[in-house]
Amino acid sequence: MTQILRGALVAAALAAFAPMGAAHAEIKDLKIIAPAAPGGGWDQTARSIQQALQSDKLVSNVQVVNVPGAGGTIGLAQFVNANKGDPNTLIVGGYVMVGAIITNKSPVNLSQVTPIARLTGEYEAIAVPANSPIKSLADLVAALKADPQKVSWAGGSAGGTDHITAGLFAKGVGVDPTKVNYIAFSGGGESLASLLGGKVTAGIASLSEYDSQAKAGKLRILGVSSAQRLPEAPDVPTFKEAGIDVEIQNWRMIAAAPGITPEQKKEISETIEKMVKSKAWTELLAQKGWANTYLSGSAFDAQLAKDISATQTILKDIGLAQ
Amino acid sequence: MDTFAALSQGLTVALQPINLLFAFVGVMLGTAVGVLPGIGPALTVALLLPITFKLDPAGSLIMFAGIYYGGMYGGSTASILLNTPGESSSIVTALEGNKMARAGRGGPALATAAIGSFVAGTIATIGLALVAPTVVDIAISFGPEDYFALMVLAFTTVSAAFGSSVTRGLTSLFLGLALGLIGIDLQSGQARLSFSIPDLLDGVEVTTLAVALFAIGETLSVAAAGARADEIIEPVKGSVFMTREDWKRSWKPWIRGTFLGFPIGAMPAGGAEIPTFLSYALEKRLCKKPDEFGNGAIEGVAGPEAANNAAAAGVLVPLLTLGLPTSATAAIMLAGFQQYGLNPGPLLFVTNPDLVWGLIASLFIANGMLLILNLPLVGLWVRLLAIPRPWLYGGILVFATLGTLGANPSLVELGMLLIFGLLGYVLRRYDYPIAPVVVGLILGPLSEQQLRRALAISVGDPLALFQSPIALTLYALSALALFGPLLFFLLTGRKAPVGADED
Repeated sequence: MTQILRGALVAAALAAFAPMGAAHAEIKDLKIIAPAAPGGGWDQTARSIQQALQSDKLVSNVQVVNVPGAGGTIGLAQFVNANKGDPNTLIVGGYVMVGAIITNKSPVNLSQVTPIARLTGEYEAIAVPANSPIKSLADLVAALKADPQKVSWAGGSAGGTDHITAGLFAKGVGVDPTKVNYIAFSGGGESLASLLGGKVTAGIASLSEYDSQAKAGKLRILGVSSAQRLPEAPDVPTFKEAGIDVEIQNWRMIAAAPGITPEQKKEISETIEKMVKSKAWTELLAQKGWANTYLSGSAFDAQLAKDISATQTILKDIGLAQ
Repeated sequence: MDTFAALSQGLTVALQPINLLFAFVGVMLGTAVGVLPGIGPALTVALLLPITFKLDPAGSLIMFAGIYYGGMYGGSTASILLNTPGESSSIVTALEGNKMARAGRGGPALATAAIGSFVAGTIATIGLALVAPTVVDIAISFGPEDYFALMVLAFTTVSAAFGSSVTRGLTSLFLGLALGLIGIDLQSGQARLSFSIPDLLDGVEVTTLAVALFAIGETLSVAAAGARADEIIEPVKGSVFMTREDWKRSWKPWIRGTFLGFPIGAMPAGGAEIPTFLSYALEKRLCKKPDEFGNGAIEGVAGPEAANNAAAAGVLVPLLTLGLPTSATAAIMLAGFQQYGLNPGPLLFVTNPDLVWGLIASLFIANGMLLILNLPLVGLWVRLLAIPRPWLYGGILVFATLGTLGANPSLVELGMLLIFGLLGYVLRRYDYPIAPVVVGLILGPLSEQQLRRALAISVGDPLALFQSPIALTLYALSALALFGPLLFFLLTGRKAPVGADED
């Protein structure tokens, strides 16, 4: 239905512009499900994959379909139920999905898909308004220890990466994570605005959301959630440097359908690996400010399992899951 | 004057034949998707992004600007003629616009929407060019407590859309508020009223509810009335274009709508819906013929249409000055900027002035082009209403269903469309107004989130709600809106012109 509608209503008008397929592609047609509305991170990831695969002629025809809803669990459920054994449909997902599956008590989970690779990641940053008396992570920790309720955090929706990071941070400094005064905002714009306007004590989001504001002197970034300092913000210390053992990245991945053959999985994995090494992909990542955190095969499976169990623990600690 | 030099430089870029072609393609596409309920400009731009990658930045941003404004425009055309609001910001337009269209005044309704959009878009774009940095400072200073006060104002004034009875209006409003509770609660992450249906976790989509109540509900009403229906739809009665009196009644609402829409659109949590509600309420209060409201008052089209277009320009203020995307379309446009390695934000005006001014100039072009393209088409559009009734309503049904499914291909969505359609029929049958249901669904969740954010930040101290001057001003205005008519009565001994007509 989607195909017919999209094709007839919008894409038809654009067909003349559409890039022509190449003759030598290994996989001819590919459908990528972005389990989110147009514009978000997963949608942009899916469309970047589409662009890279097509411009390097790895796949002749790639189509992106948006199935929005409930932290990606709607798209995931549809994918698991409708595409069993289908090697020509992939789904984009990420860390947020891990949390959403737990908090929404989703009937399907990531063990039911065939993970191919982790592709990109964004690290979380904690920032305060430029005129805030809090100058460093140590100041923030002191304020948090004095009265966790008085420190309000602006971030994305409850149970998402931002909320989990805030919970891990509090736990890491010995503060009860259920006491974290977390204020959820629906869009990045609104939460950033509340931080710029000094309505909240601190904000927590992907580094890229704060970067340009910090360069303009409106925000001070206190710390990032990476293992080492990041090239785009060399002056910002990591949480670990401040003695807080928290490392987290909001990663995004691509997965294939359940029930595909090992040969099919191999072919998809090889295509994705070629794409990751392509110039087009590198350029796209640079444009979007995404780090290449490519990880595939059994290493990715192990990391995924680790992330799922850690997320389960912290969501219980925050009080969002039983 | 630096700004004007920069702007004329931008206009030179935007007026190149190839860029005019892009603008043309943009406004045509935008109008087409705007007419279709459900498929909005955000989706269109998202689909176009990978394709425009190979074009130069100026050309594709100009096309996006055309799609953006065209979408707003197309939404109102569908609202007025078919009663199918394609965008949530054109719901209010359907109230009076569709009544006008049925009375043979579709031409003037479309014309006042088009010219109002042009006037508002132009003034707001000038505002964007001249005062964006100042406006954004004020917009940022709005905290959750101030937004909550704004919602209170919207709630108190929205009674203007209640129709003849306050009790019936409130009943409808609470129906909408209840529907607004469905889905995952943003603050706690817990599901409410979802009945274990995963599709309900994201709540009820505003456009689905609006299209169902307005279009499907009405189709059912007409079908149920069958041959008994005595209403005759006249495609054209009197002039197709606006008369002298229409102009006289339209120009003030255009201006007032613009000044409501632009600042509220510029607020990070403002949006385009609230200014249309406020404008409708304001025009009803100020109108010399208040009894025409509900039966096709041109002010009720002119004001809200100007307000939603001005809000569309307002949304670009935080996007260009701070890099804050505050609507779905703005978020996609941000992705479009990033595609060319540009980072909208505090530094964009300094690092890429040519592009910013090119975009602002192209907004003027898109606006003008929409007016030139659409005014001659008004005569053609209204002929739609000459289609025999069974065909017309059959068409509306297909159109509403396709649009909703196009936006979200799910059986649950389709089921909601039909159930809400039945609800719309029942409400009509027993004379309950339908607009307050949609208003409740829009304002309910917004006000709840803002109130809870404000209280969470103050660690539960309710006094924090009344400590900001902005909030206090807004509460004072709400009190005036509520008690103004009563005071008027006490002071003059006469009944106020509106608001006291409960039956």
